[in-house]
Amino acid sequence: MEEETHTDAKIRAENGTGSSPRGPGCSLRHFACEQNLLSRPDGSASFLQGDTSVLAGVYGPAEVKVSKEIFNKATLEVILRPKIGLPGVAEKSRERLIRNTCEAVVLGTLHPRTSITVVLQVVSDAGSLLACCLNAACMALVDAGVPMRALFCGVACALDSDGTLVLDPTSKQEKEARAVLTFALDSVERKLLMSSTKGLYSDTELQQCLAAAQAASQHVFRFYRESLQRRYSKS
Amino acid sequence: MAEPASVAAESLAGSRARAARTVLGQVVLPGEELLLPEQEDAEGPGGAVERPLSLNARACSRVRVVCGPGLRRCGDRLLVTKCGRLRHKEPGSGSGGGVYWVDSQQKRYVPVKGDHVIGIVTAKSGDIFKVDVGGSEPASLSYLSFEGATKRNRPNVQVGDLIYGQFVVANKDMEPEMVCIDSCGRANGMGVIGQDGLLFKVTLGLIRKLLAPDCEIIQEVGKLYPLEIVFGMNGRIWVKAKTIQQTLILANILEACEHMTSDQRKQIFSRLAES
Repeated sequence: MEEETHTDAKIRAENGTGSSPRGPGCSLRHFACEQNLLSRPDGSASFLQGDTSVLAGVYGPAEVKVSKEIFNKATLEVILRPKIGLPGVAEKSRERLIRNTCEAVVLGTLHPRTSITVVLQVVSDAGSLLACCLNAACMALVDAGVPMRALFCGVACALDSDGTLVLDPTSKQEKEARAVLTFALDSVERKLLMSSTKGLYSDTELQQCLAAAQAASQHVFRFYRESLQRRYSKS
Repeated sequence: MAEPASVAAESLAGSRARAARTVLGQVVLPGEELLLPEQEDAEGPGGAVERPLSLNARACSRVRVVCGPGLRRCGDRLLVTKCGRLRHKEPGSGSGGGVYWVDSQQKRYVPVKGDHVIGIVTAKSGDIFKVDVGGSEPASLSYLSFEGATKRNRPNVQVGDLIYGQFVVANKDMEPEMVCIDSCGRANGMGVIGQDGLLFKVTLGLIRKLLAPDCEIIQEVGKLYPLEIVFGMNGRIWVKAKTIQQTLILANILEACEHMTSDQRKQIFSRLAES
């Protein structure tokens, strides 16, 4: 009874600054997205980036406990479960980052005193996990019909010891990098919604990573559009 | 030596707002802005267009456009908040610019005033029944909102009963309230739904499709077996046929209708009609 829309898109993004002395262009890994695959949640999506895969389910707007309700907007909760083991502090901090991104985008004032819950399950982790979680959360929110003022996407990049910029790094590249930066960008004006960085980098390098992420997000949003058009063309 | 980051930013095509008329029937995404008809002339190609100042004030030529589900007003444009196909309906009586809305596929119901829904009574507290309608909070139903109900003559409603009623109060700030009478005080089909039968849940889009005026599915289903059927706008359908087997067949057909094309449906109906 579930409608499955499997969209494959091979996307290559070239780094805009071709004259840079820092090595060849960067590319994003192969994307795939499937919506409405779970029957119980109001919206669900599975997002694949290369070998990294995250499954997201959204429940809402639903009942909320009186202790957690906010009088003028919806209470947004994010639950992230790792592939093995119990969720720890790292998951908690990622949940907060994803929650802050979603709160900036979801129109919570339309559903006061309700709760919108996003549950993310890591199916496989091969680098750029936070970016993949953000993408899966966005697709699941769209599938559930939660009103949003824009779409958002996550893009990760890693900086090598000699300053090479790699978009959408694998776990091996992340380990060897001197800095890993993850950005969440919105779809209207490619504005920065959230950034989470780890490692050593300079001011100019930050600006370059941000610019590269903004260019790459174009491809992600195009993929969203194609995937949603494919879904609605079947009905 | 710093590479200007603005180079990359300029190459990103900032999505210009498109005219609503050109996007009708296409899939729109949250975050897109749509221009209403009378604003299209103002947005000339490439910025400032010189127009002679007209003495005849054209500001009064604004038409009143109704913003339906999935759209919100944002300045003098429409902002899309849900993903789906953009639809438009011309005004019937000539005044106003019609209604624009987004046809989206959803499972979760949000109470809307005037909608007829099927609810399940979950609690009885004093003079009020609490009815679960599938939204974020249970709706309240007073015992006096039934046809012929008075303080002495109370309706026979127990916890667990199915109720077909409509919302009189349904907004984001208040608890939804429903009644089982219309504005003239008559039941008009509303009230407690009888014994037996089967209640099941489908998506909201399927309900709207089945309740459309020219839906063939219901006519074909009616030719198969004699049946009673109640549609709730909250995604719930109650079905009753002569035997349990027929009821289950009907429930399965209606659930599957969402994903079948009309040819597949006709095949299934003809196979069932033979057996």
